[in-house]
Amino acid sequence: MTSILAIIFGAIFVNNFVLTRFLGICPFLGVSKKVDTSIGMGMAVTFVMGLASLVTWLLEYYILQAFQLEYLRTIVFILVIAALVQFVELVIRKISPVLYQALGIFLPLITTNCAVLGVALLNVQLEHNLLEAVIFGVAAALGFTLALVILAGIRERLELVAIPKHFRGVSLALIIAGILSIAFMGFQGMM
Amino acid sequence: MSLMKEVTKGIFKENPTFRLVLGTCPTLAVTTLAVNGLGMGLSTAAVLIASNFVISLLRKFIPDKIRIPAYIVIIATFVTVVDMLLNAFTPELHSALGIFIPLIVVNCIILGRAEAFASKNPIAASVADGLGMGLGFTLSLTIMGSIREILSAGTIFGVTIMGAGYEPFQIFGSPAGGFLVYGLMMALVNMLFKKFRLE
Repeated sequence: MTSILAIIFGAIFVNNFVLTRFLGICPFLGVSKKVDTSIGMGMAVTFVMGLASLVTWLLEYYILQAFQLEYLRTIVFILVIAALVQFVELVIRKISPVLYQALGIFLPLITTNCAVLGVALLNVQLEHNLLEAVIFGVAAALGFTLALVILAGIRERLELVAIPKHFRGVSLALIIAGILSIAFMGFQGMM
Repeated sequence: MSLMKEVTKGIFKENPTFRLVLGTCPTLAVTTLAVNGLGMGLSTAAVLIASNFVISLLRKFIPDKIRIPAYIVIIATFVTVVDMLLNAFTPELHSALGIFIPLIVVNCIILGRAEAFASKNPIAASVADGLGMGLGFTLSLTIMGSIREILSAGTIFGVTIMGAGYEPFQIFGSPAGGFLVYGLMMALVNMLFKKFRLE
């Protein structure tokens, strides 16, 4: 039980996926202009990352390692993730048009979100079991969502502020992320 | 002549790191040391040139509907090759770059150039585009890695340059320093482009 709590706390705060592991920076900078859209993106990513952790864990241990095919890992994982995202998009469109309206535009972007492939590879590297892998995937995605929503909240407020013109846009977002990252470094003392 | 233009475009005017803001994850993650930045840049460049070549070669045969999965398979193949080569010949660099080597697959520069350039242009131009983008990425990563290495350790490519009395800024070796250096450099690049009216 304590190891599960350590995984959750570690993935959300101590080794936050965006701010300390640098995974998923593109959507972090791209979709962080409004709080609403960032929550939508966060939900879509959480769903896909949880599912991707489950599927890639099963593939890794029952197919790749069972048949000594580890060298195919990169190709297999990325194809499975791309297929999974397409599949999730189709299912959500059929089952819940409301959810599709909310998440639809974000889903295709997730294939190239390196956090998804990153979590699959980290699960292998850290030798998680199936339960730990799924929990790690969901917790990491929640950490991603947290960082995304905080940055979006700050950027919404900055809309009305006079910013030196060369710093406008991505440049300032990166500096804010740097300061957030310093704040998150404070959690490292807790583990 | 126009091939030369494809190459230089990627290095300055459409620099992937500072102008197009693509491939940000490896840019931030591996640039703690200049040598890691250089290694990552060259690995990405190799994959980019090879994948642009093959995608341009096959552009008339890949059906439009399945082009993205087809590109991903081609890119992932080259990434696996680079992964194995690094593991065999430079094991230290391989362990320093860690999971960011397989993550070259999802580096948006590569899929972005495949979709925006190599799928529509002849082979020579696509290779030139890949070379330019790859060199631009390598240059940016090496510069960022050098700045962070000098500030956080007083060395560059492992050679001490700051003298014994130098007190290193630990923060620039940490993740927060990566964000700060990238943000400040982007502002600097914006300023230079405005000043010399390059856009």
